[in-house]
Amino acid sequence: MVATQRKTTQKKRFNDVVKAESRNLDFYYADGTQALKNVNLDVYENKITALIGPSGCGKSTFLRSFNRMHDLYTGNRYDGQIVLHPDNTNILDKKVDPIEVRMRISMVFQKPNPFPKSIYENVAYGLRVRGEANTHVLDEKVEEALKGASLWEEVKDRLHDLAFNLSGGQQQRLCIARALATEPEIMLFDEPTSALDPIATVNIEELMSELKKKLSILIVTHNMQQAARISDYCAYMYLGELVEHDLTDKIFTNPSKKETEDYITGKFG
Amino acid sequence: MAENNAKQLKDLDQIRALIQKHKKNDFIFAFIGMFIIASLTITLLILFLDLFFDGYPRLGLEFFSNYPSRKAIQAGILSAWIGSSLVLIVTFLVAVPMGIAAGVYLEEYAKKNWLSDLIEINVSNLAGVPSIIYGLLALGLFVYSFGLGQSILTAGLTLALLMLPVVIVATRESIRAIPVHIREAAFAVGATKWQVVLNHVIPYSYGGILTGVIIGMARAIGETAPVITIGALTFIAFLPPSPIGTEAPFLNFDWLQSGFTVLPIQMFNWISRPQYEFHVNAAATGAVIIVLTALMNGFAIKLRYDVRKKIKW
Ligand SMILES: Nc1ncnc2c1ncn2[C@@H]1O[C@H](COP(=O)(O)OP(=O)(O)O)[C@@H](O)[C@H]1O
Ligand SMILES: [Mg+2]
Repeated sequence: MVATQRKTTQKKRFNDVVKAESRNLDFYYADGTQALKNVNLDVYENKITALIGPSGCGKSTFLRSFNRMHDLYTGNRYDGQIVLHPDNTNILDKKVDPIEVRMRISMVFQKPNPFPKSIYENVAYGLRVRGEANTHVLDEKVEEALKGASLWEEVKDRLHDLAFNLSGGQQQRLCIARALATEPEIMLFDEPTSALDPIATVNIEELMSELKKKLSILIVTHNMQQAARISDYCAYMYLGELVEHDLTDKIFTNPSKKETEDYITGKFG
Repeated sequence: MAENNAKQLKDLDQIRALIQKHKKNDFIFAFIGMFIIASLTITLLILFLDLFFDGYPRLGLEFFSNYPSRKAIQAGILSAWIGSSLVLIVTFLVAVPMGIAAGVYLEEYAKKNWLSDLIEINVSNLAGVPSIIYGLLALGLFVYSFGLGQSILTAGLTLALLMLPVVIVATRESIRAIPVHIREAAFAVGATKWQVVLNHVIPYSYGGILTGVIIGMARAIGETAPVITIGALTFIAFLPPSPIGTEAPFLNFDWLQSGFTVLPIQMFNWISRPQYEFHVNAAATGAVIIVLTALMNGFAIKLRYDVRKKIKW
């Protein structure tokens, strides 16, 4: 047997390294709804890419394609590719196991969704799933993840309390710690602050800017100010299509498409 | 200005009148509901008290430690309550693992198509089939085809069949109560289906499952028809071999093949005697069955309460 040499790929655009790219991505729900139409979008390494657009335009659908969440329900269908670099893997390929994809790309949901278990067990779960049983390793990684999610100081004395006893903002940071513990390459956020109060929102936003030093972030947000505040790149979607994708500064000051400008300025949406 | 104020006041009166009317409907509905619940509770209570007072002279320790006898005063329910317990142990050990496995499979693994719909309808309908039909099935299948005899094993299996749909339905319903976002959270960190079932689905639904199990058992304890059909004895003055042996491995399975009787059959037997003294025994047995059923239901309620305290979505 000859060990196969993996071909590694590296691409740059806008002077940034491409971590993942969707190529001609179409997506159909089981009932036949086409929710994505030919979407081509890059996600850059150590950058935050924000998806904006009116409700129902396909932002969540696009995001959830990145960890094959749609595979949980029968009848959903992808067309096209999402290629992950540097290994050049098409993660939508039928031969690629969705579990492998989810082990590389983690996700934080709209509503904080901790398990009805202890704080510790919530964070440790991703590691346990990977077969980690050594308590020292688990303790260490749980602490590291909680620190990474700036939650450690608040919970270090009650790691074995139920996660439900935390406030909404703390629960969401716990979910971030859970997603972080497994050291993902990309983290997906689907409107992570829409259920939180303004202070908790600021905390999460600051946290994301910290996180991008370690990984790449793709975030859906309903809130244009949030996109402007935290993202490096911004993509405007409408009716399942990608209208415009550019540096955030460019999108918010000088968009090249009329539709984007109308949306940004609040004339539409 | 004044005109405007007057108009607003009139509107306010109208709103208040409307609220009054709606409040009245609330009250009428609440009253009807209360009345129905109160009459049911009172009927049940009177039934129980009647049994209890009729059977009171017999309700002593000896009643539980004596075999049935030709003399009503000396007769007890020893063989019946031990028979009921052993049968229920078999029922529990068979129906619970099978019911949970079937429920989990149907809910988590089975493809949703016409076949799973058909199975679903049939499982729900099974819960409503008269229990004597199960008795006939068991007589043909367990007693004659499998040659298991008129034994505790046969009775346990029969009642397990009866209880299976209850456990399956309870399992499926508690699984469905788990929110999608919790399930997705588990998959999103890379868990396999089996890990999700083992670490999340079963732990979060076990309160509901156990409630179903206990309610099913409470029903099984009072079942008479199927047990008579498979040929339970009505007069037993011996105990099955003990399940716990004196020599290694300390477990003994001979009791499974033993003849037996159960509480409701013992009661039925006594009630069909002409002498009044035996009717006293029957009433006492009835009171015991009701207390057992109530205790099991109470336990189920406590369990559900404890789980709700820990798991809230
Ligand atoms: N499970 C589903 N089945 C069918 N259609 C769906 C489903 N989920 C979403 N859709 C449709 O797909 C489109 C995109 O939805 P979504 O990605 O949730 O939008 P967004 O996140 O931008 O608000 C909408 O038209 C929505 O109605
Ligand atoms: Mg959405």
